[in-house]
Amino acid sequence: MTGVTISLTFVVEECPVSTIPRNQWYVAAYGREIGHDLFSRTICGESVLFWRTESGDVTAVSDRCVHRRFPLSQAPSRLVDDQVVCGYHGFTYGADGRCVAVPGQTRIPRTARLTSYPVVEQDSFVWIWIGDPARADSTRIPRAPWLDSPDYTTVSGMEPLQARFGLLVDNLLDLSHETYLHGGYIGTPEVAGTPITTEVDEEAGIVYVSRHMDDAECPPFYSKSTGLSGRITRWQDIEYTPPCLYKLHSRIAPVGVLPNADGTDPDAFHVEVVYAITPETENSTHDFWAVARDFALDDESVSDFLRESNRTVVLQDVAALDVLEQVIATEPEGYQELSINIDTGGLAARRMLAAQLAQSADRTAVAGS
Amino acid sequence: MEPTRVLSGRKVLRVVWLPGSDRLQGNCHCGAVHIADDPVEVWTWLLAHPVGHEAPAADPPPPARPEPALATAGAGS
Repeated sequence: MTGVTISLTFVVEECPVSTIPRNQWYVAAYGREIGHDLFSRTICGESVLFWRTESGDVTAVSDRCVHRRFPLSQAPSRLVDDQVVCGYHGFTYGADGRCVAVPGQTRIPRTARLTSYPVVEQDSFVWIWIGDPARADSTRIPRAPWLDSPDYTTVSGMEPLQARFGLLVDNLLDLSHETYLHGGYIGTPEVAGTPITTEVDEEAGIVYVSRHMDDAECPPFYSKSTGLSGRITRWQDIEYTPPCLYKLHSRIAPVGVLPNADGTDPDAFHVEVVYAITPETENSTHDFWAVARDFALDDESVSDFLRESNRTVVLQDVAALDVLEQVIATEPEGYQELSINIDTGGLAARRMLAAQLAQSADRTAVAGS
Repeated sequence: MEPTRVLSGRKVLRVVWLPGSDRLQGNCHCGAVHIADDPVEVWTWLLAHPVGHEAPAADPPPPARPEPALATAGAGS
């Protein structure tokens, strides 16, 4: 009899390193998206189940039954009062994630508990803490007060991006791309042609990029919404608080019209363009966008125009970044990028994100040691 | 018109694209200044603090900035 040699080969797949900082607040949804129905969204690679309890609060727990991982958002799973019943075997959980019933027995295993996520509803967003719940400090959530202010009218939406979130950060921190990618909407020659000033506050976690155009063409986005014709003063002031919230303070006025010495600015139009950049997975992103204005507050036609225009602009970015993701995902490692002056803000943002990532990795290592 | 300083923290780093040129001027919170040709160089210098940041005696740190309103509609947004 011939001996048989059995070879056991263990293939150890290298775990890819995450690029998503943990122990951070991320926007999970608009408040309006979550009612008394089960709502699921993947945030930073974690499948999260949301619903609004009968008291009106948003709750967030893992969207996987602890028993056999059946998605609790998947029919016939259902919400009964403030408890979610798994549609596979009937495991039942409260809004805090605690299991309150299992099938066929009275003893509920001690470990039968869904991961529960800290959530805060603020400025029209539902924020979720991804990381160690003990470290969740809601006072650290950056603000975007215009989005639910009666002094502003806001249009908003969310587009799925099949690209890593860092590509959207790069995109938004360098608005010179408006001239080329968004011509006819928000791009004019002056955007790419005007120098920027960049400030970084490490302690506050802010990257601020200013581009002040003193005499610029007025793009359709602003001429049709404000009624301004002719040349304009156009200021773009980016305030990014990594990893998630990006605000573009946009000031539009006739050439030569500046704010008053006391800071009031009655003769200018102000638009607050807000993005929440939330990783869905390592290679996909929720691209939340909002446009808040302090003029034509009740003019529905202006709202319709800005909503459609900004969505078009966002989709132009999405199309470009989806392609870029494929390029990056399939190229050999070690590509050397070239950075020039327009990238000063983007590089600062990348570095701050890298520091957040290193910090979350350190925390994970400590917790696991 | 160059944007005025906005951030008021203790350790703000600032990079100004010098008007009419392709050069970048890095301003450290310690008052030291470095001019570079590209953003990688200027950030590398800024982050190497205090290496290379000995401010010249004739070039005192900038005066304290007024407290800005970070994100108000009327304050240069």
